[in-house]
Amino acid sequence: MYVAVKGGERAIRNAHALLADRRRGNRDTPELTTAQIDEQLALAVDRVMSEGSLYDRGIAALAIKQARGDLIEAIFLVRAYRTTLPRFGFAEPIDTAAMTLSRRVSATYKDLPGGQVLGPTFDYSHRLIDFGLETEDAPAPTAPAATAASDAQGPSPRVTDLIARDDLIERELAPRPGAPVSDITRDALAFPAARDARLQNLARGDEGFLLSLAYSTQRGYGRTHPFVGEIRFGEAAVEMFIDDLGFAVSIGDIALTECQMVNQFTGGDGRPARFTRGYGLAFGQSERKAMSMALVDRALRADEFGEEHKGPAQDEEFVLSHSDNVQATGFVEHLKLPHYVDFQAELALLRQLRRDGGAVAEAAE
Amino acid sequence: MSTRAYNFAYLDEQTKRMIRRAILKAIAIPGYQVPFASREMPMPYGWGTGGVQVTASILGPDDVLKVIDQGADDTTNAVSIRAFFVRTAGVRTTTDTSEATIIQTRHRVPETPLSEGQILVYQVPIPEPLRYLEPRETETRTMHALGEYGVMHVKLYEDISRHGHIATTYAYPARVAGRYIMDPSPIPKFDNPKLDDCPALQLFGAGREKRIYAIPPHTRVVPLDFEDHPFERTKFDSACALCGATDSYLDEVVTDDAGGRLFVCSDTDYCEKRQAAKRKDAAE
Amino acid sequence: MSAMAFADPAFESQAAFRAILRAIASPGAIEPCGRGLKPPSPLSPAAAAAILTLADFETPLWIAPSLAEWGEAAAYLKFHTGAPLAASPRDAAFALLDLERDSLDLKSFAQGAPDYPDRSTTVVAETRSLARRPMMRISGPGVRGMAEIEFGPTPGDFLSQWEANRSTFPLGVDLILAHGAEVAVLPRSVRVTGGE
Repeated sequence: MYVAVKGGERAIRNAHALLADRRRGNRDTPELTTAQIDEQLALAVDRVMSEGSLYDRGIAALAIKQARGDLIEAIFLVRAYRTTLPRFGFAEPIDTAAMTLSRRVSATYKDLPGGQVLGPTFDYSHRLIDFGLETEDAPAPTAPAATAASDAQGPSPRVTDLIARDDLIERELAPRPGAPVSDITRDALAFPAARDARLQNLARGDEGFLLSLAYSTQRGYGRTHPFVGEIRFGEAAVEMFIDDLGFAVSIGDIALTECQMVNQFTGGDGRPARFTRGYGLAFGQSERKAMSMALVDRALRADEFGEEHKGPAQDEEFVLSHSDNVQATGFVEHLKLPHYVDFQAELALLRQLRRDGGAVAEAAE
Repeated sequence: MSTRAYNFAYLDEQTKRMIRRAILKAIAIPGYQVPFASREMPMPYGWGTGGVQVTASILGPDDVLKVIDQGADDTTNAVSIRAFFVRTAGVRTTTDTSEATIIQTRHRVPETPLSEGQILVYQVPIPEPLRYLEPRETETRTMHALGEYGVMHVKLYEDISRHGHIATTYAYPARVAGRYIMDPSPIPKFDNPKLDDCPALQLFGAGREKRIYAIPPHTRVVPLDFEDHPFERTKFDSACALCGATDSYLDEVVTDDAGGRLFVCSDTDYCEKRQAAKRKDAAE
Repeated sequence: MSAMAFADPAFESQAAFRAILRAIASPGAIEPCGRGLKPPSPLSPAAAAAILTLADFETPLWIAPSLAEWGEAAAYLKFHTGAPLAASPRDAAFALLDLERDSLDLKSFAQGAPDYPDRSTTVVAETRSLARRPMMRISGPGVRGMAEIEFGPTPGDFLSQWEANRSTFPLGVDLILAHGAEVAVLPRSVRVTGGE
């Protein structure tokens, strides 16, 4: 006689035990430390912090270890942890013009105050596997002296500020002090979204999704004629206004990558022609993410500039509803949960349609 | 895994308040999808984060909780969600539909009729009944505001002209209290009649889509249909191979690769109770 | 603060919420709410429990003149919920009034918008009496057949105000009636008619 399948509880326990075993791998190989992940897989940590929207290298490194290197799983772990943290308030806007720069490149000017600083980049590395890294006792590389651009070269004003001096680019108006700030983790997103909500969504958005959308705008699906005004990577101070003190105090420095795109100009109807902007910001060093974000941000401003919609990157509801990889992976992967009941309902209908169809065919004969 | 001290039922009090406010609005406006600030839960979207947030916000120490998936108490995700509440709230759990004060479900309404005072919490993947006809929230929100549901009737009518039947077999849309059209979550249409005039309170939670909606007890819930093509409940030709029930929703079980199959109740509590009653009758 | 709020917020607010949940799900039902709570006068335990359970820094609270006069009551609610005071009834997520001393004007509160009918005010009204008696009859979602309610004092034009409120469904306000340590709720979806 048929006996129904049982044992969900034990199966789950066993799955977790197996997972822990596979995570550790061969016991002869030394256990990975979170410090090693933080130091030597630093860009993975950066991505997990950005899309997890929590600046904590230790937690991100631990999440990567726990997730066996699955970065979306690690981002999910960080997000679920972040939700349980208390909130103290909002930081003051970060002044990226005052960042301590490790890298700064502009594609719009050959030279400019503060100069171009290549810094640590893959850009001009030849992609040849470095077999020297195979051994654990390879000689330690030596860093060149004086890498911090700001120390060496004085202030590095933002390129967009330089263009704005000549009134050739749209102005970014600072929000009035005390104005409410959107928080997409505390309020359901409504459309059309305010720019702060949109930028938050993109900052948390999946790097791959934004990359593909950004690429599509370059291939004509909502072209924006972008120039990289500037990409800067370095450390910026985070300040919080303390009511009891009556002034803002620094609560620490964070590593950031900022991309300011200078895009297709607008104007006409009596208004002077000006370049427009797209903005990208990511924790740590992630130029791909910051640049993609800036391109998509600009593409999403199509309505603002009266531009014709030609591609998915310009469709706010489409982009913002599908950018989150934790949501996306959940809903895609939930298809592996049991759907016996609905499948049975479809089977029953299909069989009925076949029977009816058969009856029709027989009657016609 | 080490567990730090979390609040009762995991969610912090501010989150519970926000969800409770949404639930009250949902009851006051039956069938309307109330936006809420869904939190990121320690389980994936699609695994019932909406239902879990609703349950966590209503649950108290005196509640008796039942969790089912596909009608069964022992499906892995039902087991997992039940374990989550045992761990974070220490509540008593049951598989007995009649004993439960709160039942969280995915894809089924229990066969045993629900009673006054019980609360049925549905896990919802896509709360918007119009979503597959119009993907844009900005558009569907206007349709609901105007009560303009023609597009839904057109879809059902196209089914009829193509297949001779309405081809929707689960998540069958229904009109609540004569106003809003709602998605009853992906329950089979077999279960739709149980929603109508149900003595229990029915709450629907969609975590990823950040919506909560509700059907108060004793509320009219009418499946959409046409006069010449009335709503029809799915009928089975077989009886349950375990308990002999002919009035319950059946899962098909493939027994071999030569076309062998049998049917068993999807509601494990209902089936086991009937089997126990039969054994008792036989013993007497 | 001399008056105590919930001693154990997680459990007491859950109990109060479930009472309100039962009451809104079954309009006409009278549910115990806020027992053991000792708010400053003239707040009833039920009204105080409802506000403490549902309001916080995200929900502007409007307090009617008769209650606002009692500085301690207003201070108690503001302190324990962190709710900002609403400038006018129309800006309120929650409103608190006394049916004996304040006039009731349902139209003065936020009604919600056609695409967001949930953006409306929930009114908590202090009453002098609350009972299941056939002074008024309730029908609609949540009610099996017909329910009865009597509360006092009932504003002379209450039935016409309520009918106006109901007729704009899904817009409208929801009304929580508080008396001592008991609540009843009239959601906007129900019809209320005169009884005997």
